[in-house]
Amino acid sequence: MRANTWMGKTRVEVQNVPDPKILNSHDAIVKITSTAICGSDLHLFNGFIPTMRKGDILGHEFMGEVIETGSSVRKLKVGHRVVVPFPIACGRCGACQRGLTSVCQNSNPNAGMAEKIMGRSPSGIFGYSHMLGGFAGGQAEYARVPFADVGPIKIEDDIPDEQMLFLSDILPTGYMGADMCDIAPGDVVAVWGAGPVGQFAIVSARLLGAERVIAIDRFPYRLQMAKEKAGATDLINYEEASVLETLEDLTAGRGPDACIDAVGMESHIDVGPLHAYDSAKQMVRAETDRPHALREAIMACANGGVVSVIGVYGGFVDKFPMGPFMNRSLRMRTGQCHVHRYMAPLMERIRAGQIDPSFVITHRMSLEDAPRGYQMFRDKKDNCEKVVLSP
Amino acid sequence: MGKSDSTSQLVDGLGLFSLGLGTAQLLAPGAVNRLVGADDHAMSRVVMRWLGGAREFAAGVGIESRRRADLWLWARVAGDMLDLSMLAAVLASPRRDPVRRSRAAIAAAAVVGVTVADVVAATRVSRNGAQNGEAGKAMSSVDAKAGITVNRSVNEVFAYWQNFENLPRFMAHLQSVEPLGGGRSRWRASAPAGAEVEWEAEVTDERINEFIAWQSVGDATVENAGRVEFRPAPGNRGTEVRVHLTYRPPAGKLGHTVAKLFGEAPDQQIRDDLRRFKQVVETGEVVRSEGTPEGSKARRQLFQRPAQPVTS
Repeated sequence: MRANTWMGKTRVEVQNVPDPKILNSHDAIVKITSTAICGSDLHLFNGFIPTMRKGDILGHEFMGEVIETGSSVRKLKVGHRVVVPFPIACGRCGACQRGLTSVCQNSNPNAGMAEKIMGRSPSGIFGYSHMLGGFAGGQAEYARVPFADVGPIKIEDDIPDEQMLFLSDILPTGYMGADMCDIAPGDVVAVWGAGPVGQFAIVSARLLGAERVIAIDRFPYRLQMAKEKAGATDLINYEEASVLETLEDLTAGRGPDACIDAVGMESHIDVGPLHAYDSAKQMVRAETDRPHALREAIMACANGGVVSVIGVYGGFVDKFPMGPFMNRSLRMRTGQCHVHRYMAPLMERIRAGQIDPSFVITHRMSLEDAPRGYQMFRDKKDNCEKVVLSP
Repeated sequence: MGKSDSTSQLVDGLGLFSLGLGTAQLLAPGAVNRLVGADDHAMSRVVMRWLGGAREFAAGVGIESRRRADLWLWARVAGDMLDLSMLAAVLASPRRDPVRRSRAAIAAAAVVGVTVADVVAATRVSRNGAQNGEAGKAMSSVDAKAGITVNRSVNEVFAYWQNFENLPRFMAHLQSVEPLGGGRSRWRASAPAGAEVEWEAEVTDERINEFIAWQSVGDATVENAGRVEFRPAPGNRGTEVRVHLTYRPPAGKLGHTVAKLFGEAPDQQIRDDLRRFKQVVETGEVVRSEGTPEGSKARRQLFQRPAQPVTS
């Protein structure tokens, strides 16, 4: 089959690879109909996530049709149309039973590697480094899906792929970002990053009752989408205005009740020297992540408020404002999304017409064009917001 | 152990000494020439830097690398002889002033001292090497401990472990365990290069739903013992399982192979075994990925396949 593979820093290549086969009795093989490039794939592309190997198949946002099931699979049948959640979860361990599927205790065969870097291991993830399992990803014609009765959600009707695909990651991730804010009537929520996850965090914050939602980015097309499509009430282009001063002004000195970091480890900042400092430290691996958005979110957040982190971090950050965080009674909520618990309710919201997630899609390409898609998405060329690939 | 510890310290000291002196000779051959009372001119600096410094530095690297340290130590002895003959030439020269002559004498005395240390260390390391094979040190027992929480009742978890035939399903190095009756069993484990190790074990103590202890009996190639404890985790969190294994690999080549098999990151190995145990008890099988098709395995973690479908 054809598959998009990681071939070193800033290099991906569509190659011929063997077709997947059942390795565990609870596996299913899915013929992929739609797959997407995620912002977190760019961290792999840019070489910031350790334990990648040349030839690794990328991709963790995919959907398709079941063409084979292992002997222990009961609920899923050949012919079912499914969306697959990006974290792999067994459904049986203590974490899964508490709904914390992205920290499943059984799904990472390389848990020992993850423990060395993270202390304990999270779940395995499709196409996302060997420390997170070494699972082949879904930017391919076919994929093997472990725990087929636990993860994939069946689509009963003929809603198009483009509305369902993002149930695999970015819609639930954005939703969880807002969900963790415990939004109360009157709350003001600020969202750093108006990429696809940020857009869905904005949509979700509105759905969950936020009074105002402020989008922060530097690309006018992303801010425009946040306002026109996602429902942001206010916009801050941080290249044109000071984020902290504007938030101060918008909330009359209170600060946002909740701050969502939808940026993560490759944060950009307009203060040249600080950006250079973090980039330099990142380059020599003295710090693995550039946490500018996170620092700013903490400084901006209202006393007693919530900092909700859904942007991906890989290792260690520097100059973390612990004093402000502690003294002002802030709370931090974070995690890779526990996609499994959000899929069914979000599918209902899509069916009910409350959300049409396809608004983030700006580019549709063939799987063969994946390398061009990565480049374009990374460089924000041609107003690129989200790339969907068809095998 | 006292003697081998002191040997190791001596060897280490000589290695570091070589690195230090070699560095000084490489970087400042003139200063070293003056220090030992030799003539300091372009030619003598070349001799000091390359014949002296490069040689010392290489010996230092060789000794500290601990690969055939014995050969590098004997090379040091040869180098000491060369140094002594050159210092003798300095001392014998009739044109020396008294200050330089006494510097050369002090240097010669120092080299004689170091030569003695070199000969002692080289002799000891050569002899140890002959006794212990390439490992170069005596085998000691390997201890491994780990714990895991399994989301099942103590009853179920205990019953699974109590049936020793189940152990190879999650213990990576075990091929089979065959019950022989009366608490005895025959264990078969694979060793590198197709070798196989086999032994008999018996349960030495057991309390239902609490613990099982076992050990090898007779003349097992690898003496070993194990103990596993089970305890209900608080708040219905399942069962806490704690394992403690001890291996005593024998001397000789097989012992070395076995030590290598069990001795590399023993805690990581038993932790991986327990992870597979949890997977098997909770989900029914060992979880596999394309990069790690055989499931958690300490060795595989160093040599991952690319995350692409497995062909064979």
